Parts: sequence; C-alpha cells; structure tokens
Amino acid sequence: MITPENLDEQESRIPQMRFDPMQAEEAEEIPQLKTENGQTPAITLLKTNLPEGRSPNRVLQAVKVSTEHLNFFYGQKQALEDICIQIREQCVTAFIGPSGCGKSTFLRTMNRMNDLIPGARVDGSVLIDGRDIYARQADPIELRRRVGMIFQKSNPFPKSIYENVAYGVRINNLARSRKSLDEVVERTLRGAALWDEVKDSLHKSSLALSGGQQQRLCIARALAIEPEILLMDEPASALDPISTAKIEELIFELKKRYTIVIVTHNMQQAARVSDFTGFFLIGRLMEFGDTRRIFTNPSKKETEDYITGRFG
Amino acid sequence: MRRRITNYFIFSLTSLCALLAVSVLLFILGYLLWHGGRSINWAFLTQLPKPVGESGGGIANAIVGSGKIILIATLFGVPLGFLGALYLVEYGGTRFNFAVRYAADLLNGVPSIVIGIFAYTLIVLRTKQFSAWAGGFALGIMMIPTALRSTEEFLRLVPRELREAAYALGAPQWKVIVTVVIPVAMRGILTGIMLSVARIAGETAPLLFTSFGNRFWSHGLNEPTASLPVMIFTYAVGPYDDWHQQAWAAGLILLLGVLLTNIVVRLFFRPRTA
Ligand SMILES: Nc1ncnc2c1ncn2[C@@H]1O[C@H](COP(=O)(O)OP(=O)(O)O)[C@@H](O)[C@H]1O
Ligand SMILES: [Mg+2]
Repeated sequence: MITPENLDEQESRIPQMRFDPMQAEEAEEIPQLKTENGQTPAITLLKTNLPEGRSPNRVLQAVKVSTEHLNFFYGQKQALEDICIQIREQCVTAFIGPSGCGKSTFLRTMNRMNDLIPGARVDGSVLIDGRDIYARQADPIELRRRVGMIFQKSNPFPKSIYENVAYGVRINNLARSRKSLDEVVERTLRGAALWDEVKDSLHKSSLALSGGQQQRLCIARALAIEPEILLMDEPASALDPISTAKIEELIFELKKRYTIVIVTHNMQQAARVSDFTGFFLIGRLMEFGDTRRIFTNPSKKETEDYITGRFG
Repeated sequence: MRRRITNYFIFSLTSLCALLAVSVLLFILGYLLWHGGRSINWAFLTQLPKPVGESGGGIANAIVGSGKIILIATLFGVPLGFLGALYLVEYGGTRFNFAVRYAADLLNGVPSIVIGIFAYTLIVLRTKQFSAWAGGFALGIMMIPTALRSTEEFLRLVPRELREAAYALGAPQWKVIVTVVIPVAMRGILTGIMLSVARIAGETAPLLFTSFGNRFWSHGLNEPTASLPVMIFTYAVGPYDDWHQQAWAAGLILLLGVLLTNIVVRLFFRPRTA
C-alpha cells in the first residue's frame, strides 16, 4: 500500500543504507556535508516513500538521529552493544527483533528515558541534529520536549481528554491564552484522527475511551508540544486489527512532519509503515537498511531466519 | 468422603470465626447503645459538665477539646509523614529509605504512654502547663508513621507508565510529582490519613499527662483541655452512677464518630475503579 510500483527500477540507483556510518562514504551519489563539529554527514541523497505513496522521487533527507558506538548497560548487564546507525528525517524507521533484544532500550536512549532507571549507563554517543544529547551541558528536559514518545501500553492520565492533550502545553507554558490552548487541543486531536470521536466529550475522563482511542489520545498528547521526533514503542501491540490499522494510517500521515521511529514485533507492520528497518538481535543491530531490501533481500542469515519466522 | 468431611469442617470453623470477628464489633456497639444510648440528647452534646455530685450536664467541652487536639495532631503529623513519604518514593536512596521506613515502623510500635511521657517532658515540664498543644503534639507523633506508610504505599501504587508519560512530555521531576503523582494518589492518601485520624481519636494514655482534662471550656490552646477519651476514663472510674452512664454515652459518641469517619472515607474516597 505504501510501496511505489516502480521501485525496482530505481533500486539500483539508491544508495543503500549502512548501519556503519564509516562505510557510508563508499556509496555513490552521496554528497557529503559535514556539520560544524564535523561528526555527521548531514545530508544524504536517497529515495523515500513519499507521503502520497505514489511517484517515487529523490528527496533530500537529512540525518536526524545518529548513534556512534552506543553501548548501554543496566547495572552490569549490557543491553546494547556498539550500535551505529543513522535515522533520517521525515522517514519512518522501524526496529524489529525478538523480545528482550534491546529495541525498547534503544528507543529510550533517544529521549534519555533510561536516565530514570537507577544503575543505567550509556556509553558512546547519540546525536540529534549533530549534537550529542548525552553531552554534559545537554538538558534531558529540553530534549524530551523535542522527542515525543508513545508507549507500548497506552498511558493516558486519569484526567479529562482535554487535560491530557493540554498537559504538555501547560507544563511547558506553550499556550498564551485559554483560547490558544483550545486551538492546540483541537488541532492536535484532529492531527491524531481522534477529534470527530471525542469532540463532544472533551471534558469526560480519558479512561472511558477504548484502547485504540486511548492510544491515539496519547499520540495527540505527544503531538501537542510539536516534537520533531516521535518514538513509538510497539504502539499497537495491545490493539485490535481495526485500531491497529488506524494507528498505522496515522503514522503514515504523521511522517510528513515528523521523524518517526517505531519498534514493533509485527513484521507485516514494519513492512507496511516503514521506510527503513533495523533488525536487533541480543543487543546488537544486526542489519539496517531500506525496508524493502531488508524484507526481500536481507544480507544476514539471522535476519532472513527471523523474517521468515524460523525463530523469534 | 473423608475429604468432603474435612472440607466441611474447615469451612464451618473459618466461617464461625469470621462471624465472631464481626459480632465483636456489633456486640460492643450494642452494649454501648444499651448503656449509653438513653443518656444521649441535645443537652448532653451541648452543655458543660455539672459540678461534681450534681447529675445531668453534658460533654460539649470534651467534644470541642478532642477536636482541637486532633486538629493540632493532624497539622503536625500529616505534613511530616506526607512529605517524608514523598521523599522516600521520589528521591530517596535505598539505604536511607530503609532506615527511615524501619524507624517509622519502630515508632509505630512505641507504646502510646511512652510517647505521652516524651511530650510531657518536652512540652508540659518546659511550659509548666498542661495544654492542647502538648496533647496534639503527642498524638501528632503517633500519626507520623501511619501517615508516612500509607502515603508511601499509595505513591508507590501510581503506575510507572504515568510518570514516564509526564517525563516524556518534558516535565521536570517536581512537576511530575505535583501534576501527576500526587493527584493520582490523592484519594488513597486521604483515605489513609482519615483512617489514622480515626485511630488516634480514641487514644487516652498520652493525653492523661499532656492535655490533662478540664471540666470547663478551655480558652485557646494553652490550657488544660478536656477530651473524650480522658473524660470517659475519669467518669468510668468515678464514684457516681450518673458519671458511669455518661461515660457509656461518651464512649458511644466516640465510637460513632470513628465509625462515621471510616464509612465516609470509604464511600467518598474509594479508589476509582476505572
Ligand atoms: N529496567 C531494567 N533493568 C534491568 N534490565 C532491563 C530493564 N529493562 C530491560 N532490561 C533488560 O534489557 C534487555 C532488553 O530489554 P528491552 O529493551 O525491553 O527489549 P525489547 O524491547 O527488545 O523486548 C532485556 O534482557 C531486559 O531483560
Ligand atoms: Mg520492548
């Protein structure tokens, strides 16, 4: 549904994504730009699935997030090992892999959610827009305003629908008046494809909503503070197929404006919604690249085994 | 067959015990009603005690006095317990947490008369004055561990997912606590606090030598102050039949007050089922 029909003829001209950024230089047609600190090749020419999912164009997509030799530890236990990756702006990047292999952990390194876990330790770097978010002067609070997160289990506050969406706006003092807050709430609820269902019950408890609606409410709540990146940790794993389809449609809509990183254990879902896919196995990023290639022509045996359902 | 009999036996035994447990309360309530019920009327609730030897009069001063003392105790014990628990759950390191929790449990086990002596030495001897302050202080100390432990329990019940949701929206820790954690836990915390109020309302020993007693109105908080439990004690051991009657009646009032608090709390602060 997303894949452009004539992708194949373009395939050869598309520089393949590598998960080792050092190798990126070998690829052809990649104009290498350096950021001020010279760490990240900021812009790479690549084709992505366009919002309309029709004509395949070549679009300039900058690197939004990149990690360099990222290791992560829960106390003594190492959960991520030497992750090097580049995540593109306005693309959907999916991570798949058996459970317990570190997908959530990796996602949570990008908004420093793991800081909250006692004994957790990060080693290596995570760069967003070329800046190390774990640098000494970096502020996790400010970071989390830019990097929204949707959790596996929908977690609306036990407040009204309105207050849920308004929460981030309020605590960050983003709205100047009640009226502008009302506007933000309506706009984001529309953006999360929930407005029509809740517009008459904005002041009712969010807990009265169905599971799928609650998850879309959480998406709206995250969107209300206009983040740049949206991290989604198995956002549809607890939902029925119809709600799941709605969330997927929404993701497709949202990537026009946001960089989306989604963890899913559902491979069809990864194939449907993502532009790039990474395969995690026991704390390592085994393979990363164009979704279509990962699913049709994986280069690692483990990836192929996982995709074809031989384990996991 | 054998199993059925054993099963039946255990069932009967346990249900009998359960019934006994419930009937103790009903028995006490009935006994109080029987002995004290007929002494309760409007005058009993609104008048001062009559001079010793005369019959009639009421316990208005003891009701008001108990109110004062409990209020002081709550204002002293609850914030300490509440903020302490907040620290334990949201900030504390595990070692220190353990020490605080252990100390709270020990404090909970300190006999109330010992706490009374403590308040007596610390306040009554210094100010050379029995007072509502001293009584409130003693009861307040007794509220700290219950307030702390119940607050802690309910703060811990706040799902991690909700905290994370707030953090993920860029809330600093104190805002997460104020806007999410406390509101979510509030009903439970209030329940715990009200129940601990109900529990100290009947404490007698620590009041005997802190707020003492008074057969008249006490003005302000710096005078010996009447309270229901001490009044019951005095009247019950006194020589007059009329006093015995009034002690039963005051006991009934105290019990009804505690039961009412419990019922109201359970009805209104029942944790939301959502
Ligand atoms: N808070 C934690 N403390 C200790 N170990 C954890 C914690 N969270 C996750 N882990 C461990 O880290 C590994 C990766 O977990 P996770 O990132 O949740 O995997 P996934 O999301 O791929 O299922 C697992 O072995 C898990 O047991
Ligand atoms: Mg996970």
